[in-house]
Amino acid sequence: MMQLFRKQRMWRAHELKPSYDVAIIGAGVHGLGIAYYLASRHGIRNVAVLERGYLGCGNSGRNTAIIRSNYRTPEGIPFYEESVRLYERLSRELEWNLLFSQCGHLTLAHTDSAIAGLRVRAENNQVLGVDSRVIYPPEIRKLVPTMDMSDRPRLPVLAALYHPPGGIIRHDAVVWGYARACDRMGVEIHPHTEVTGVRVARGKAESVITTRGEIAAGTVVNATAGWASMVAKLAGVTLPIVSHPLQACVTEPLKPFLDKVIVSASLHVYVNQTDKGELVIGAEIDPYQSYSLKGTLPTLEQMASYTLELFPQLSGLRVLRQWAGICDMTPDYAPIIGVSREVENYYVDVGWGTYGFKAAPAAAKLLAELIATRKTPKLIEAFSPARFYGGQLVGEKAAAAVSS
Amino acid sequence: MSFLIPCPHCGHRSVYEFRFGGEVKARPQPAAAAAEWMEYTYTKANEAGVQKEWWFHRSGCRQWLQALRNTTTNEVVEAFFPE
Repeated sequence: MMQLFRKQRMWRAHELKPSYDVAIIGAGVHGLGIAYYLASRHGIRNVAVLERGYLGCGNSGRNTAIIRSNYRTPEGIPFYEESVRLYERLSRELEWNLLFSQCGHLTLAHTDSAIAGLRVRAENNQVLGVDSRVIYPPEIRKLVPTMDMSDRPRLPVLAALYHPPGGIIRHDAVVWGYARACDRMGVEIHPHTEVTGVRVARGKAESVITTRGEIAAGTVVNATAGWASMVAKLAGVTLPIVSHPLQACVTEPLKPFLDKVIVSASLHVYVNQTDKGELVIGAEIDPYQSYSLKGTLPTLEQMASYTLELFPQLSGLRVLRQWAGICDMTPDYAPIIGVSREVENYYVDVGWGTYGFKAAPAAAKLLAELIATRKTPKLIEAFSPARFYGGQLVGEKAAAAVSS
Repeated sequence: MSFLIPCPHCGHRSVYEFRFGGEVKARPQPAAAAAEWMEYTYTKANEAGVQKEWWFHRSGCRQWLQALRNTTTNEVVEAFFPE
């Protein structure tokens, strides 16, 4: 009985060992996911996950927790679909309730050209087996009766891309679930351990220098999202990344009135209602590069005014919190996964822009496979760091929720 | 308000009057190898700290200017017209 009242630690603290097979920088959903799949699928358990702050303190805890696979390109769609399938099984696999709700996801079109874009996405999605189709106002009204479908707004809703398997998950639980599973398999998680250097000799990373000491590592992985460029620089690795803040806010709770995820690329806003009743509202990325995590008033005003275009009945609703995450934007709005150009055992899982959380299980599983087998899985072939220098860009910008 | 940029022509103005133009880099010669142009086009220092960058004052004097800005605090140290 007393056991019930004892603190159940989900992961333990460790002293740093002198050497690990794999050192992963960044204990967000990507870093912990890579460690989890290395240990569970490939038996590589001598792994350290190094984190400057606390677990999930970066974008893993700052995103708006939306999961979907209705992308545009033949490279992107199967990859994100793999991620949705992994998320569907993840609660059972981790024995931890992630509160995944596949409530359905609507991307709105307010112009003829936006409808054309959605139709391309729907066709590509259907060919590749993703449940996704374009719907028009009569059906939209039925799915989202609380949304303003009149011609009052400056940009009335004309159509939507409906993606039924899309939805919302509890993002902190994903981080904690992976961390607990890692700990049970003997992976060491080291929060408050900042990486300050990577020793490289003859094109190979030999050790990682941290604020708690130096550790030798057979393989180094950079999974640090917005800070990826700065962490890569420690090993002399360069990346085609620019870091932009992305802001979001949450309102006071309401009675249930919205059970779909609503995204409008034209209005640069996305809205969903959480299980607690709060509305989570996300913006587009800030229009300038920055590492500042401070929220700004122009973005808050933008989020509020665009949300009111869709839901005018929400005027008067109060905002509880506003925050920012730092997004590692790539030129083609697709991620960078694979071995770096400069250092042979230095892997990157970066360039996640505004879509890193929904991709985490697939990215982590496939990168773990690459690290363990040295063979690039087909699903991530198109995302190699070398693609920019051979002119092989992916072109996913049209399907990013809120490109600038 | 997020931050102000001291435009050398218009004075302190909101960042929302400007278009961000990216970090200042040395442009290769037109005849440079493709690899060099790819490097120039894509690779970014993405500095966390003071960097020299381009800004276009689109709602003001409509001039391209350069600024030294600390990207972690958004403090603009100095803004000036390029030489």
